[in-house]
Amino acid sequence: MGDFQVDGTVDITDVVCPVTFVKAKVALEELKDGQVLSIRMNDGEPVQNVPRSIKDEGHQILKLADNGDGTYTLLVRKVGE
Amino acid sequence: MAEVDYKALKNGGFMRQRQKNRFSLRLKTVGGNLTVDQLLTIAEVSRKYGDGHVHLTSRQGVEIPFVKLDDVEPVKAELKAGGVDTGVCGPRVRTVTACQGSAVCPSGCIDTYSLATEISNRYFGHQLPHKFKFGITGCMNNCLKAEENDLGIKGGYTVKWDQKACTLCGVCLKACRDGALTQKDGKIVLDESRCTNCGRCVKACPFGAWKGKPGYIVSFGGMFGNRIALGRRILPIITDRKTLFRVADAAVAFFEKHAKPSERFRSAIERVGWDKFRAAIEEAYRG
Repeated sequence: MGDFQVDGTVDITDVVCPVTFVKAKVALEELKDGQVLSIRMNDGEPVQNVPRSIKDEGHQILKLADNGDGTYTLLVRKVGE
Repeated sequence: MAEVDYKALKNGGFMRQRQKNRFSLRLKTVGGNLTVDQLLTIAEVSRKYGDGHVHLTSRQGVEIPFVKLDDVEPVKAELKAGGVDTGVCGPRVRTVTACQGSAVCPSGCIDTYSLATEISNRYFGHQLPHKFKFGITGCMNNCLKAEENDLGIKGGYTVKWDQKACTLCGVCLKACRDGALTQKDGKIVLDESRCTNCGRCVKACPFGAWKGKPGYIVSFGGMFGNRIALGRRILPIITDRKTLFRVADAAVAFFEKHAKPSERFRSAIERVGWDKFRAAIEEAYRG
C-alpha cells in the first residue's frame, strides 16, 4: 500500500465491536515502536470508529484505503508510551 | 400543632411520602456531580434522620427518604454545614442536568459542567408558571437526552478543513456519518447543508487537519412525562455563551409572560404559536 513498508497484518472483519478494536490493539502490541500494522476491517461501524480509537491510543494513522470489496485497510504506525 | 404548609415544604424539596409524617428530601445537584465530602454528609444525614438509604432520581438528583417533619430544620442545618443544599420541586427551574462533557469524556465537544453551573447559578429555583428543566449534553451521542428538556443544549463543532495539515488519509470521509465529506481533486469538500456539527471528523482526524469550534445546539419545548414531545431546534449552532444566555433568557421570559398557571412550556408555545415564539427567540439570537 503506497509508500509504507508493512511489518504486520491483522484481519478484524471476523469480529464485531468492541472486539474489533481489541484485536487491532493486541496486534499492535506485538510490533515494535515505529513499525507499521495493516488492519483489514469492514465498512460501517468498524471503519467509522476503529481509526479514531487507535488515534486516541496515541498511535499514528497513515492511510485508509477502500479495497472495493466492502472492506478497508488501515495503516498504523505504532507509537510507544 | 400548627397547620403544616405542605406546599412550602414541597417548594423547599420536601416531598410528602405515602407514609404519614415522612418526607423524601430532595437535594440540590448540578450536572450530576457531588464531592465525596457531600456524599459523606448525605450518608450521615440519611443514617441519622432517614432509614439509611438514598434514592437516585431520574434527573441526577439525590433524595433522602423517611425524614420526619420535626427533623426538617436540623436536617437542613446539618446538610448545609456539610456543603449540601436542598433541592426544589413545584413550578420553578429544576435541577440542571449534564453529562460529563469535554472535561472528562473523549467524545465531548463542550464543557458541560461549567455551563451547567452557570445556568444553575442564574436560574435554579426561579419561580415560573410550571416546572422548567434544563439539560446539557456534550455531543451528538446525546447521553443526556437534550430534547427531553424544556431547554436542551447539545455540544457540537463548527468545522474547518486545513489543507496544509491534511494527508488525504481518508479517515474523515468514513468517520462522517452524514455524507457531508467527499474527496475531489486532492481536496476534502464539506457540504455544509449535510453537516450536523457532530465533530466526528475533528475527533477522528489523525493529523489535526480538521479544526472544530465548540458550539451549542439548543432545543426548546421538550417534555417526557404525561405528555411526550421532543424539543425543537430553531436556531443555528450558537458559538458563544453570551448569545446562548440571551436566547435562554428570552425563552424563560416568554414562558413567564405567556404561560397560564400550571401550563408547561411546550403547551404555552403551541397555544401562543411557534411563529411568535420563533420570532422572540430569533430576536434574542440576533442581539
